[in-house]
Amino acid sequence: MKFGVIVFPGSNCDHDCHDVVKHVLKQPVEYIWHQETTLDHLDCLILPGGFSYGDYLRCGAIARFSPIMENVKKFADRGGLVIGICNGFQVLTEAGLLPGALKRNNNLHFICKHVTIRVENDQTPFTNQLVNKQALNVPIAHGEGNYTCDKATLSELKRNKQIVFTYQGENPNGSIDSIAGICNKKRNVLGMMPHPERASESLLGSEDGLLIFKSIINAKN
Amino acid sequence: MERKVYQELGLKDDEYKRILSILKREPTPTELAMFSVEWSEHCGYPRSRKWLKLFPQTGKYQSLVGEDAGGFVYDDTAIIFKMESHNHPSQVEPKQGAATGVGGILRDIFTTGARPIALFDSLRFGKIDNPFNKYIFNGVIDGIQFYGNCVGVPTVGGEIYFDDSYSGNCLVNVMCIGVCPKDEIARARAVGVGNPIIYAGSKTGRDGIGGCSILASSEFEAGEIEKRPTVQVGDPFTEKCLIEATLESLKTGVVLGIKDMGAAGLTCSSAEMAAAGDVGIEIDLDKIPVREEGMEPWEIMMSESQERMLLCVEKGKEERILKIFRKWGLDAVVAGKVLKEKKAVIKCKGTVIADAPTEGLAQAPIYDMAFKKSKVKSQKSKVLSGKNHNKTLINLLSDPNIASKKSVYEQYDHMVQINTAVYPGGDAAVLRIKGKDWGIAATTDCNGRYCYLDPYTGAQIAIAEACRNLVVTGADPAAVTDCLNFGNPEKPDRFYQFKSCVEGIVDACKYFELPVVSGNVSFYNESPKGAIYPTPTIGMVGILKDIDHRCSVPFKEEGDIIVLLGHNKEEEGELPELDLDMEKRVQAACLEAIQIGIVKSAHDLSEGGLSVALAECAILSGKGASVNLSDKINNASLLFGETQSRIILTIAPDSIFSLSDVAMLYEIPCNIIGKVGGKSLVISKGKKKLVNQPVTKLAETYFSAIPNLLKKA
Repeated sequence: MKFGVIVFPGSNCDHDCHDVVKHVLKQPVEYIWHQETTLDHLDCLILPGGFSYGDYLRCGAIARFSPIMENVKKFADRGGLVIGICNGFQVLTEAGLLPGALKRNNNLHFICKHVTIRVENDQTPFTNQLVNKQALNVPIAHGEGNYTCDKATLSELKRNKQIVFTYQGENPNGSIDSIAGICNKKRNVLGMMPHPERASESLLGSEDGLLIFKSIINAKN
Repeated sequence: MERKVYQELGLKDDEYKRILSILKREPTPTELAMFSVEWSEHCGYPRSRKWLKLFPQTGKYQSLVGEDAGGFVYDDTAIIFKMESHNHPSQVEPKQGAATGVGGILRDIFTTGARPIALFDSLRFGKIDNPFNKYIFNGVIDGIQFYGNCVGVPTVGGEIYFDDSYSGNCLVNVMCIGVCPKDEIARARAVGVGNPIIYAGSKTGRDGIGGCSILASSEFEAGEIEKRPTVQVGDPFTEKCLIEATLESLKTGVVLGIKDMGAAGLTCSSAEMAAAGDVGIEIDLDKIPVREEGMEPWEIMMSESQERMLLCVEKGKEERILKIFRKWGLDAVVAGKVLKEKKAVIKCKGTVIADAPTEGLAQAPIYDMAFKKSKVKSQKSKVLSGKNHNKTLINLLSDPNIASKKSVYEQYDHMVQINTAVYPGGDAAVLRIKGKDWGIAATTDCNGRYCYLDPYTGAQIAIAEACRNLVVTGADPAAVTDCLNFGNPEKPDRFYQFKSCVEGIVDACKYFELPVVSGNVSFYNESPKGAIYPTPTIGMVGILKDIDHRCSVPFKEEGDIIVLLGHNKEEEGELPELDLDMEKRVQAACLEAIQIGIVKSAHDLSEGGLSVALAECAILSGKGASVNLSDKINNASLLFGETQSRIILTIAPDSIFSLSDVAMLYEIPCNIIGKVGGKSLVISKGKKKLVNQPVTKLAETYFSAIPNLLKKA
């Protein structure tokens, strides 16, 4: 199971994802610079959190034009697993790999704290080690995590069971239907605002995020 | 030269004469500008340097001093840290002022080759019921989150205080900590005649010109908004790329020296790199990437545009370094070379526009400042006068100086880099060091009111309390950085405060075997209303030998025993006394108890005394406690007195004998005062309940106070 962590200028959770895959999950992993184009040797791509290109425009709006993104699309078309975390989720929506968009948080502030998310679909490559309704303690850290989409898209997401995670209890950012993470129709592309890599060691207060990474490994084996 | 010209740049008559004697001729405009910034208080410390030399430089661990940022070595790892102020820029333009404060201190750290792993912000504002103070407060917080979150360095701690003395002159002190293998520390010097000097990072613009000589080196008068163009503008995305490109360049081994362009920009970095390497330097201004056409040479030399570095590289290897910076989308050019003769030569359009000895530039004059103690006014708080202790406790918990700062630190990414083992909101932040079984704890501390009442003791209390903050997490205090914020040093009473605080820090640091490894002086913190409280902010880093034995504030389990180390007493003056010997023993006992693994929670007693400390342990855990006290002192002192050298611990009932042994060894008072449990905090004396409040009510008060104040103002 070989992971690749894509590095855009301004990515800042790239090291964290790399560390968790390498040292906690003990899987092979490499950094992929945004101008590289070969992805064929990889099984799972991680688009990490951060502020790609500073996100001075709209989050992820510039990163979608990175040379690597065309190949990320091809990689996903071929069935490769892609997980976008936080800024990675924003990039995936901007690039059209996932529907909808992420607006500024309701309170207009950046929010960094632990939240509880609920598993809504355990039949994906990212949740096969979880069960529906399971609660996970995973932190969020974003200024623009307020998921939105039009009515037709929302009902399609529901019909296809593409909503993978929702916030349980307090909805921290105003996301429509408390959506915290969604996947594509084919189920091989996941975007989520919470950071599973920040909840993968007991020292950090939670290991719940590890179950998502373990699901990915299980899906490929 | 006309007097007016050099006076406008902040130079005095004597200083101008000194320049004439160094150059043996009249300075060119560029030279004059260079001397003015190099000799400003902000860069050259002419008024404070004499006193700063008193700071101890050695401690329990091998210390690293002498560069922009200092640190210490533990287990072959260099832990580099420094705190710096950005007070005046933040008062003039809060968001950019605070943002560039974060950016500046980050560069001081990664320019040493250390990756920044944590940021702390020690902030002081006027009271936020005033709309302008609220604007400053919101702007500063916004600037910190804007810059810190984007660069991907967690903001894990700090302090926020509100007091009228900071109205009109806020304080924004930022500390950054970085780590690297001790053999990979980079030096801020130019070496090897003929080696190329590389300029890398952002383009140079007209922002921040005179930031240090004009803005930072005079007090605020009316019309301070006009100083806005002297504030720099921050670009955290470029900084993030600069961090990565710099660290990648340093890994090549061909970078011989590196310095960031901070205060006084290119002038300071070029002259100081040359002076440090005992060489000269030549810079060709035509090579410097600029943002706009037609910039004057002196503007390029004095610009404080952010996110720029100067590197000295092995001759022939420059292309390798240029390539790394360009990969990260940054400008990078060879802009000069190392000279044999010890002078700074600046060229523009083929002609030499400055040619000054580097030593003369880098050696600012030293002044003996007059000082005189003046009378202090009582600073007594009205909160404590009432007889209703429940009400007093609620009032204290809703006082913005004590109330939770959660609504602020939740706006900062405090988890990125996945090292944060104890989150903000406690006494100190704890971070692991990846790949090691040890970790670090760090804190910032200062009580300006104490320092106003008695600068010497107040400064000692700041050191003692910073140590206590670290010890309660299980860390051994290792080294200090300080950010010395004072009023106008040319006024003898202000300089007395500075001198006495320095002496207090010196003596306390020697007592606790702590070196002062880095720091910063910020004078002229005055508004038309007067000077700020003397505020020598202390930043301190300690070592947790085993990160698994880390402690935090919240109570852990019902039935645990609450123990007080140290003793309660009735203070006679407004300022609590400090017995350094008792302090040291209480801390040693606490640390040993944590290290042998019997302590479940620990909290230092500070503002608001015993009852506030107990309330915080309860609030943060959601667990109540019943406490019974028997001290024969008046109830207000017992509950709210700020007597030093006290810590509350919780332990399992069967650990009490082990704890008593430790307390006996260090000969300190150690008393069981209560038990964790229930849904309320109950504090009694004999049969009389002095305090009885549901934890939910305490929590509601504690967390909502600051958000409510902000809504109102």
